[in-house]
Amino acid sequence: MQVLYFAWLRERIGIPREEVETSAVTVADLVAELRGREPRYELAFSDMKSVRVALDQELSSLDASLDGVREVAFFPPMTGG
Amino acid sequence: MSVSVQAEDFDVGAEMAALAEGRTDIGAIVSFTGLVRDMAKGAAISDMELEHYPGMTEKALKEIEAQANARWDLQGSRIIHRYGRLAPGARIVLVLTASPHRQAAFEAAEFLMDYLKSRAPFWKKEGTAGGGHWVDAREADEDALKRWDQE
Repeated sequence: MQVLYFAWLRERIGIPREEVETSAVTVADLVAELRGREPRYELAFSDMKSVRVALDQELSSLDASLDGVREVAFFPPMTGG
Repeated sequence: MSVSVQAEDFDVGAEMAALAEGRTDIGAIVSFTGLVRDMAKGAAISDMELEHYPGMTEKALKEIEAQANARWDLQGSRIIHRYGRLAPGARIVLVLTASPHRQAAFEAAEFLMDYLKSRAPFWKKEGTAGGGHWVDAREADEDALKRWDQE
């Protein structure tokens, strides 16, 4: 699946998007997997209260299933307007 | 109903005229324009970088606009949100709502702004002399949303 990062998550991880091969069942599983990869992921996901997720461009939650999902996006709380 | 996500500036007067074009049934148009301020938390702002999530942004704004149109009897609405690097004083966002009487237009405009503040995928980064920093989401913006659930 495609994994996208925005704002300070993008800056901390160092890339805007990447293809991730995973068997993670939920968003939380995917986050745990990414955190185990490298310190920059560990740093980006260190405070999950400040991380929001969208699945196929719809706001979702950390306990949501990744079944059938093609695009996962991680970002901080939105500051539009 | 119409939504634009663009880097370019917009003309408030032209947008209002376009919304009312050829119609004589509209009684009120409410217009809100958000601007880049030159100060934040006591620090001078040199510019603002607005990042967004292409694809999801348009979708989220259209959903918010549809919600407002379902909730109020609007005769028209328009949302424009810019992205990219903006200087102090620059226009960031435009919300227009039209209705037969003013109350629906006022309320719907406020509803649209409250929703797009914390539900549209935009992120602001302010440039200061000490470097750039990401604007934190405000508790007050989240509270502003909740009041629409209670009504």
